[in-house]
Amino acid sequence: MSTSVARDITSEIIDSLRQPFNAAIEQRSQALEQFKKLGLPGSRHEEYRFTPVTRYLEKNFSWTKNDIEGNIASAVGFLIPQLDANVLVLVNGKFNASLSKVISPASEITITTLSEAIRSQHVAVNEYFNKFVSNESDAFAAMNSAFWQEGIFVHVPENTPVEKPVFILHLNDATSAQVVTQTRILAVIEKGATVSVIEKSDSIGENTIFHNFAEEWIVKEGAHLEYCKIQNDSGKICQVSNSVIHQSAASKLNTFTLTLDGQLIRNNLHILIDGEQCESHFYGLYLLTGNTLADNHTVVDHKKPNSFSNEMYKGIMDGNSKGVFNGKIYVRPHAQKTNAFQSNRNIIISDTATVNTKPQLEIWADDVKCSHGCTSGQLDEGALFYLRSRGIAEANAKAMLLYAFAAEVLEPIQNHTLKAYLDNLIADRLQKNF
Amino acid sequence: MSKGNQVLEEITSKEYEHGWTVNLETDEAPKGLNEDIVRFISAKKNEPEWLLEWRLKSFRQWQKMTEPKWPNVTYPVINYQDIIYYSAPKQKVKPNSLDEVDPELIKTFEKLGISLTEQKRLTGVAVDAVIDSVSVATTFKEKLSELGIIFCSFSEAVKEHPELVKKYLGSVVPMSDNYFAALNSAVFSDGSFCYIPKGVRCPMELSTYFRINAANTGQFERTLIVADEGSYVSYLEGCTAPMRDENQLHAAVVELYAMKGAEIKYSTVQNWYPGDKEGKGGIYNFVTKRGLCAGDHSKISWTQVETGSAITWKYPSCILKGDYSVGEFYSVAVTNNYQQADTGTKMIHIGKNTRSRIVSKGISAGKSQNSYRGQVHVMKRATNARNHSQCDSLLMGDQCGAHTFPYIDVENNSARIEHEATTSKIGEDQIFYCLQRGIDEESAVALIVNGYAKEVLNQLPMEFAVEAQKLLALTLEGSVG
Repeated sequence: MSTSVARDITSEIIDSLRQPFNAAIEQRSQALEQFKKLGLPGSRHEEYRFTPVTRYLEKNFSWTKNDIEGNIASAVGFLIPQLDANVLVLVNGKFNASLSKVISPASEITITTLSEAIRSQHVAVNEYFNKFVSNESDAFAAMNSAFWQEGIFVHVPENTPVEKPVFILHLNDATSAQVVTQTRILAVIEKGATVSVIEKSDSIGENTIFHNFAEEWIVKEGAHLEYCKIQNDSGKICQVSNSVIHQSAASKLNTFTLTLDGQLIRNNLHILIDGEQCESHFYGLYLLTGNTLADNHTVVDHKKPNSFSNEMYKGIMDGNSKGVFNGKIYVRPHAQKTNAFQSNRNIIISDTATVNTKPQLEIWADDVKCSHGCTSGQLDEGALFYLRSRGIAEANAKAMLLYAFAAEVLEPIQNHTLKAYLDNLIADRLQKNF
Repeated sequence: MSKGNQVLEEITSKEYEHGWTVNLETDEAPKGLNEDIVRFISAKKNEPEWLLEWRLKSFRQWQKMTEPKWPNVTYPVINYQDIIYYSAPKQKVKPNSLDEVDPELIKTFEKLGISLTEQKRLTGVAVDAVIDSVSVATTFKEKLSELGIIFCSFSEAVKEHPELVKKYLGSVVPMSDNYFAALNSAVFSDGSFCYIPKGVRCPMELSTYFRINAANTGQFERTLIVADEGSYVSYLEGCTAPMRDENQLHAAVVELYAMKGAEIKYSTVQNWYPGDKEGKGGIYNFVTKRGLCAGDHSKISWTQVETGSAITWKYPSCILKGDYSVGEFYSVAVTNNYQQADTGTKMIHIGKNTRSRIVSKGISAGKSQNSYRGQVHVMKRATNARNHSQCDSLLMGDQCGAHTFPYIDVENNSARIEHEATTSKIGEDQIFYCLQRGIDEESAVALIVNGYAKEVLNQLPMEFAVEAQKLLALTLEGSVG
């Protein structure tokens, strides 16, 4: 039975990760109980049907106590060139002050480690830490809440536009042994404030890495968050992330999730629209080759009326890769006049790539406009022929069309340096691999 | 607004039209389920040994299984020992012609608007009437047999065409397929059997009419349709039940088998008793329907209009095994009051160049929950598979829910799959447009709903389309204010 196996590994993990913690003791022990109760999801778990994280953890990790210190002297190669940003670097789940630098003035933004913020009893931490993360429903979220090592706390005061983006870089050093990293983010954007956060992960070394993220984003009345997650780590990495974004009235949200590399990637993005006149746009792009499996589970939960959400996820699958998508739209009773749209489009290049997608609408209010669209197909032969008839070689023509398909997702990104960087990444990738 | 509410009131307070019962003397099995009951049913029907074995095997299988919990419906636990698994109108001898059939029975069907006397019957439809557990009459049998078409009750088929039944029974829905299919395989009482020989185009619509009459009984019928190479058949199914306070279980199995170049069109107008306004009573409709396009160029088309049942839980599916085979699914599911429907389809693309089309229209009103659940699965060798799915939901009132759960699994890179879904209510602008042109609100709603469902209703044979339209109007007219 899958459940008994899952139970086994759950307790193995608990034993290997247990260590003396000094922050958020009470929340940790509660989360541990939830983790024990949930157990790691087996292959029959509806939410993890196509994404065998548990099996991966059983097969590729020895759950003995190990706490490897990362040794990375310079972060230069992992940064986004020319991006003028506040840089925060975590190595193997620990904050690395020498690689980090905060350039925004303290009046604009507070950025500290999460443990520091908890110690200093920051008001926003007391109010929001561990409040929205899905400990009750997702075992990995509960696991993180019980065993997180370090995190970043971001606080933007009222009516403050933060000029420089915040760049959070997760580095894992797996040169000497396997690495298990659990990090958190808590960001509280007060009324009318604006901030842009970019998160990226990279690794060195040949050993396996399991990185478990839990992130809480609180976007208050009229605030604006742009959040970009870049997953282009060629290491032997399995990533699971649980991001919850809580939106209050008239707030605005743009998220981008870009997945280019990794072995097993699971993103749970949960957006709670808890106010009227909110606007949320969330975009995703997954370009997969090799044996990569990327799974995006998104939930947008309309709890209040008169809000708008728009979701667009696109994928191109080559090699033996697998693309999984599940997009839930909930419209609660009373959330009238909701407009919610979703689209998921996939192109399969190779014979052995697969796509599993499940858009899901659940609606309990009548005066709404909701739709989802979902496609899986290949390049338009007419378009291909058009380009070839104009003397463009087949490979180039294909790359051009694929680029056009993919680049649409990046269109709304505001930061030009970031956009150019991502654009290059995609163009480069499509030329090389497809 | 007020007028809309008024009409809604009228409609929701309208009683279920087919809610009466007749006093038929019945022959019943004792309550409960065990191997002896399975043997009892088999013995009652004078079945051959192999069928009894098959039933027992299914029963043992069923005992090992657990009731599925994944559908988006809630209902109290069913006590499977509290159901009568066999109930038949008492009849001394098997009637040779309609004249010998109990006149009470004939009246029952006449009351339902279904005449079993051939000369009075609308020409062009042959009917197999099933009441509680057994088939009572089949019309136009001789005319059909001239063409080599076999259309009879299941028990008759077991006696007269055992080789066919043996070959195809369980070939599309294996006994271990799911909990309710296994239960049905163990205790199925009757149903219809139909075989269309090679190259024959069935000249008339074939139809089965199911009626639950007795109390405390479950209905477990089984339909098996086999279309041999190059043949065509259009098949209709209708159903009603009396109004009773307790819930009754209906767990049927329908198997369609289409050989090379054959086409089967299966239409259902499901109008089981949906329970009263408070959600008391009503039929639990847990049905397994599946078609197999076994041969190349075969086609199976499901059309369903679901208006009844307290709970509907069914997914008429197509397995597109033959190359160039086609599967279609057209559905209108209407829920009102406390009804719950979890319905949809599965299109399994196995053969090359297979095509499928899904059109699902859900309408929810009152406090009902309406879910579409479907799967499009393109297997590895199904090159050039093509699917288009559309599932729309219409919400009437702010206490109902509409849900869609489409699964799209693609393992072949040449497949082209499209899925779209929308949810909305009847637009005020649409109503306003009609009002402007002198169409009153009530008719405007009927017009819009009919237009919304047209794509599906158009697929129904004429006689059924009329009935379906009436049903739709009945359940929904004026539900929007």
